[in-house]
Amino acid sequence: MSIVFDRPKALSDVPTHYCPGCTHGIIHRLVAEAMDELDIAGRTVGIAPVGCAVMAYDYFECDMIEAAHGRAPAVATGVKRAKPESIVFTYQGDGDLAAIGCAETVHAAARGENITIIFVNNAIYGMTGGQMAPTTLPGQITQTTPYGRDVVSAGYPIRVCELLSTLEGASFIQRVAADSVKNVREAKKAIKKAFQVQLESRGFSLVEVLSSCPTNWGLTPSQALDWIRASMIPYYPLGVFKDKSAKSKGE
Amino acid sequence: MEKVLMKGNEAIAEAAIMAGCRHFFGYPITPQTEVAAYMSKRLPQVGGVYLQAESEIASINMVLGASSAGVRVLTSSSSPGISLMSEGLSYIAGCDLPAVLVNIQRGGPGLGGIQPSQADYYQATRSSGHGDFRILVLAPNSVQEMADLTMKAFDLADKHRMPAMILGDGILGQMMEPIVLSAPEEQKPAEKPWAATGTGGTRKKNIINSLYLQPDQLERKNLERYERYKAISESEAMYEEHLMDDADVVLVAYGATSRICKNAISMARSKGIKAGLIRPVTLWPFPEKALANASCRAKSFVCVEMSMGQMIDDVKLAVKCSKPVYFCGRTGGMVHSPEEILKKIEDANGGVINEHCI
Amino acid sequence: MNAFNILIAGFGGQGVLFAGKFIVYAGLIQGRQVSWLPSYGPEMRGGTANCSVIISDEPIGSPIVTKPNILIAMNLPSLDRYEDSVEESGLAASDSSLIPRGLHRTDIQGVFIPASSLAEENGLKGLSNMIMVGKAIREAGICTQGEIAEAMAKTVPERKKSLFDSNMRAVFLGYNYGR
Repeated sequence: MSIVFDRPKALSDVPTHYCPGCTHGIIHRLVAEAMDELDIAGRTVGIAPVGCAVMAYDYFECDMIEAAHGRAPAVATGVKRAKPESIVFTYQGDGDLAAIGCAETVHAAARGENITIIFVNNAIYGMTGGQMAPTTLPGQITQTTPYGRDVVSAGYPIRVCELLSTLEGASFIQRVAADSVKNVREAKKAIKKAFQVQLESRGFSLVEVLSSCPTNWGLTPSQALDWIRASMIPYYPLGVFKDKSAKSKGE
Repeated sequence: MEKVLMKGNEAIAEAAIMAGCRHFFGYPITPQTEVAAYMSKRLPQVGGVYLQAESEIASINMVLGASSAGVRVLTSSSSPGISLMSEGLSYIAGCDLPAVLVNIQRGGPGLGGIQPSQADYYQATRSSGHGDFRILVLAPNSVQEMADLTMKAFDLADKHRMPAMILGDGILGQMMEPIVLSAPEEQKPAEKPWAATGTGGTRKKNIINSLYLQPDQLERKNLERYERYKAISESEAMYEEHLMDDADVVLVAYGATSRICKNAISMARSKGIKAGLIRPVTLWPFPEKALANASCRAKSFVCVEMSMGQMIDDVKLAVKCSKPVYFCGRTGGMVHSPEEILKKIEDANGGVINEHCI
Repeated sequence: MNAFNILIAGFGGQGVLFAGKFIVYAGLIQGRQVSWLPSYGPEMRGGTANCSVIISDEPIGSPIVTKPNILIAMNLPSLDRYEDSVEESGLAASDSSLIPRGLHRTDIQGVFIPASSLAEENGLKGLSNMIMVGKAIREAGICTQGEIAEAMAKTVPERKKSLFDSNMRAVFLGYNYGR
């Protein structure tokens, strides 16, 4: 008999604190699978954010650093510049990456910093209990947009992949979703590719994963997955926004 | 050994390289920019990394990352930039990471000015960031000490796994003096088995973290850290005494101000007033024993600072208000003249000043 | 020997800081205590700049020269601002081609040299600072003739050899002026 399904070695054997139906668990698994398949966990340093994934340092079986809110790309830069042979990834949510850490994100990309960012976008601040995020959709109700996000006063959501793909330093930028088997498989491919880009020293890679937050959206887990499809994907189209390696191969 | 003429800021940078620092992250700000400029030129020559960050917030977090990976790392800024770094400093302290940072102070608050100041004493010794923690604060008063104390700061930071700050000012950063740069004796780099460098598949994972959601755990962590701080405050305090054997009036000053005090002291001595100086070289730990000892025989103290009076709190605490402690301050980037310090010495000696130790 | 407390002042771009650096090296090679402190800030970009240089046999306390015994004034605002601060029997050197007045003080020694015109006439444009310095060295005895070349070699980087020659010419133009 052979084992056909198991916990990836790069995923710690501990229960997580995530809510039922949250897709963080799936995304963690995809990152760990990518580390296993590329056999890089032993030289990987992961950076946890502030937000729901704050305790990600307990969930990945590799060296981990817990960064201040939004500063993960700067911390990752420090690690990578000190130990260029290590593989460095950050795992960040939308508030962490696109609000408080916008400068660190944009400049890490602009420098073409050879790191990988896993960006989990669930359009809301989860950890603090459901406030407006920089990616909250127009009209979306949150604790701090009780009448729905009014773009006149609260402004518009940021499309991170589109923004970063304009930067010369960004090497690989893709948006995926964790809403369905098909999209999860696509997400896995994207995350693995992002690590490969780093392994080949091709520079900055980022994978945005549209993720669910049933608790703070006030939906059941399956309704939440539907909401990703119905509301998020139309605003945040899936696809590869930047792939320098594809371009060079095509030339 | 040959004396070379260097700016204080450059001396810091070269000394850091001699101490084995190969990583610098920073952001330009007057009057410390020479540190970054020097590093951008020198580090590539010695196989190091110079990176200009997008902000001081990013700089200090790059420092956190590099330190987590086990290397000696430096950042440098001036007052407003240090304020931006306070978040990262708190995390570095909370993660028990070594790091060396430089503050070449300028006048504040706000954007303030760019002229020399010592108004960040509270920030350096009291409130470098949120939470219960301390950082080592070294206060050079010459270009030679800018170099020597920078090397020492790296050793102390590694030894105690905590941030160490070089607290200078615009005068010390900008002035040139001849110095002797002597490399520290060949020593093994500190072992850092806690560093996040990859497990190599051979050890359990290392986690660099300051998050403790259980209050009892966090309290225990802080108590442990403060036990270490206690030992440090007993062993690492440094100071210089100048003409203290018979001093009636004791000036207390650090950094550039202490040099102006020496001029004032020789003027006072030529008038027959027995004035002396205690110069704290470490501001944390503060050399309180030296001041307490001096308070036995001195008649009065004068705290001389380029601020509205910050170190004076530590002076009063150290002498336990047993003798009057007077204040002589300039602020906003203005620098004392020796004459105005002399005037204060004369007043303190004659007991003219009415403001008393509270 | 007494300490030299030297203040050099002029417009930004007149080479005030460089002149100070040269004098510091002249003190350094004599094995004396020296310090050099520039004014820094917006003046570097076109306002007035000044530079404190101290050469002494005693350890140097404050590096700020508030009472110079040698003032080198490269423009009128500098002379206006610092003439009163010069120590009694001190020396004030002024570029008489730019400063259309003598000294108000009678208790200090005035040295007047048309440094800017001399520089222009001798193909040493931009080196009036070193002409002034040469004159001050001679008048105040800051260093010997032989030490000038040694100090210059330390001040001008090796890769700028042509600058060495022109700066030396400028210093000696001042040094020998009026003799």
